[in-house]
Amino acid sequence: MGGVHPHDSKISRECAIEPLPLAPVVYISVAQHIGAPSVPVVAVGDKVKVGQVIAEPGGFVSAFIHSSVSGTVKSIGPRADLAGRPSIHIEIEVEGDEWLEGIDTSDKLITELPEDNKATIEKIRLGGVVGLGGATFPTHVKLSPPPGSKCERVIINGCECEPYLTSDFRTLLEKGEQVVVGAAILKKVMGDVPCTIAIEENKPEAIAHIQEVIAKLGYQGIEVMPMKMRYPQGGEKQLIDAVMHRQVGSGALPISVGAVVQNVATALAVYDAVQKGRPIVDNSVTVTGECFPKQANLLVRVGTPLKYIVDYLGGVPADAAKIISGGPMMGRAVANLDAATVKGTGALLFLTEQQTRRAPEGNCIRCGKCADACPMGLEPFLLNKLSRNGDVEALEANAAQDCIECGCCLYSCPAHIPLLDIIRQGKGAVLGAIRARAAAAKAAAEAAKAAAEADKK
Amino acid sequence: MSNLIISPSPHIHSKDSTKSLMRDVVIALIPAVICSVVFYGWQELLVLGVSVASCVLLEWAITKFLMKAPCTVGDFSAVITGILLALNLPYTTPWWVVFIGAVVAIGVAKMTFGGIGQNIWNPALVGRVFLLVSFPTYMTTWGAPAGVVDAVSGPTPLGAIQEGLLKGGASVQDLTAAYDYKSLLFANLGGSAGEVCALALLAGFVYLCCRKVIKPWITLSIFATVALTALVFNLANPARFTGPLFNLLTGGLVLGACFMATDYVTSPMSLWGGVIFGVGIGFLTMMIRYFGAYPEGVSFAILIMNSVVPLLNRWFHQKKFGRK
Repeated sequence: MGGVHPHDSKISRECAIEPLPLAPVVYISVAQHIGAPSVPVVAVGDKVKVGQVIAEPGGFVSAFIHSSVSGTVKSIGPRADLAGRPSIHIEIEVEGDEWLEGIDTSDKLITELPEDNKATIEKIRLGGVVGLGGATFPTHVKLSPPPGSKCERVIINGCECEPYLTSDFRTLLEKGEQVVVGAAILKKVMGDVPCTIAIEENKPEAIAHIQEVIAKLGYQGIEVMPMKMRYPQGGEKQLIDAVMHRQVGSGALPISVGAVVQNVATALAVYDAVQKGRPIVDNSVTVTGECFPKQANLLVRVGTPLKYIVDYLGGVPADAAKIISGGPMMGRAVANLDAATVKGTGALLFLTEQQTRRAPEGNCIRCGKCADACPMGLEPFLLNKLSRNGDVEALEANAAQDCIECGCCLYSCPAHIPLLDIIRQGKGAVLGAIRARAAAAKAAAEAAKAAAEADKK
Repeated sequence: MSNLIISPSPHIHSKDSTKSLMRDVVIALIPAVICSVVFYGWQELLVLGVSVASCVLLEWAITKFLMKAPCTVGDFSAVITGILLALNLPYTTPWWVVFIGAVVAIGVAKMTFGGIGQNIWNPALVGRVFLLVSFPTYMTTWGAPAGVVDAVSGPTPLGAIQEGLLKGGASVQDLTAAYDYKSLLFANLGGSAGEVCALALLAGFVYLCCRKVIKPWITLSIFATVALTALVFNLANPARFTGPLFNLLTGGLVLGACFMATDYVTSPMSLWGGVIFGVGIGFLTMMIRYFGAYPEGVSFAILIMNSVVPLLNRWFHQKKFGRK
């Protein structure tokens, strides 16, 4: 259902992943995952090693954060993140590259799966693993389904359906063995359910390679599924629909239809954490754009300032008008190159003014292309009108809260109406109304309870 | 560096624009335009020229002087209205009648509502029906294509049959015997310009579907409904009611179904809304043809169903992901 077919522009697909030299200083955010920010456990002046815990989870839905370098903690305090919002960062001055004892940094592939699933999940938690597909949801939480729900299939998301992005593709090619072992670990942890590695058809080398690796390693119940090229094929709900022919309901989690989806990079992080005792300290970042002088897929330590990455590759091109952290459809425009990478940073994309220009808005011609493009079956033309009118009730009735903000509507609108911009506002109003209702219901229930207790007395 | 753009996602846009879509419709109309000019000659060219020029000029003047809004003639929609209006008129229509049609189409039916995207009824059809009601003499004197039969102005096939039936005596079979389907398909009969070559129009329709400018459902449901209704009536009383193929190929049905009923602005957004819309047009067309005062009902049927579009948009929605 729905979706669009932008040109895939994977101009960095031939660039092998190369490690970026260490930056002189890194800034590691304590709020780089969904959930509660982590709590720093180091003090200014402390010496830290690569892989050492520097912040502990601030709640159940939270994650460990490790030092990505060895050196001295220089400061702990607020700093603008990629979105320009202040959050607590731990500044570490880099002095060499000394890893914490117990971390296996060799290339040796370990294929035997650990017996104890509980211990495996704990290792994943201790490794600070979060979903690297973009949402950065703590992985150990996803792997602990609520009572009563049962996982029936693990899906490894290798669609990489956004144009320009190639880091998952390169990871599949260069770290295919590790990804498959990671998939086998996830599959085992979820109760030895079948596992599907979903890869879009525009990556035939990756499909063939992973099929070979699975055959070579001899794991049972892991299959590669080539997916039709379509954005957003790799959206979690869309992917589950394509692989399992089940639709996750509005506001529900994938586990409600028996699915657990993990990104390729997350599977690799799981392998590292479980088999090698290596937490997330780096991730692959695609640096690309037609106007950018050098295409690259870099292995970047968490907390590296964007400016350092860009300067390494030759600096910001003169005709770059927009720098995007992530892909061109869902990524975020970055103004501040002093911001540092986080675990979930997958790409830095440079677009020219001409590539990213928005044409002036015209009248809606009621062509319905936005509704055809919407992968959630919504009617953006209608939500646009309702949002502008501030009709929150009608917005909710027309499922504005189901919008996944994939951008297909705005991308496809021939009249250049900023549909998603407007719908985001409406969606925010609906979510606010839903929360207010829930709070009111809770307050009413508590008041009733208190009244009942007062009556008893 | 300092002037980096910060705006929300998505950061890229498809190449489609209102202009590119409308330009595709113009391209799709070219075969029919060439056909009608070839068959009717310079007089048809005059009708087309006056119609397109008036529509474009009127829209320009109205946006500039009355609305004081950005000019929208660059989006080709006025060109389409002009071509469609011309194809709906006999090639013998005087230039000033064509101009009045353009005034009603652009001035009344389109710009009064706020311009492109805002109108309720198809502008070209409103213009056409206005002329049909106001200037029946000009509008029902159809010239036979140059070099065909005795080149005398004659009625359209549907008009001839209704006239024949009113006079009494002759049955539909006798009357339709005068027309063979090959000549209907290949533009050998009298009629408004756009009625004369079904194949050229269908080629344009296929082009639009291939380019994904329109979806075929509305058009196909019109064809299916017309064929089915005609089949039932024709089987019940062949002497009174004309058959399916005859009805499909006459009276501007192909033009209406391919290019007028599929107008974005005045057709429903959803699949099922579109199907109901098409069925309504097909059925109303046949009722007007069989029982109405006018020999030909496509224009009226489309305008009537245009009025129902807001309701169809309200009733029919596409299926939402993960919801019943």
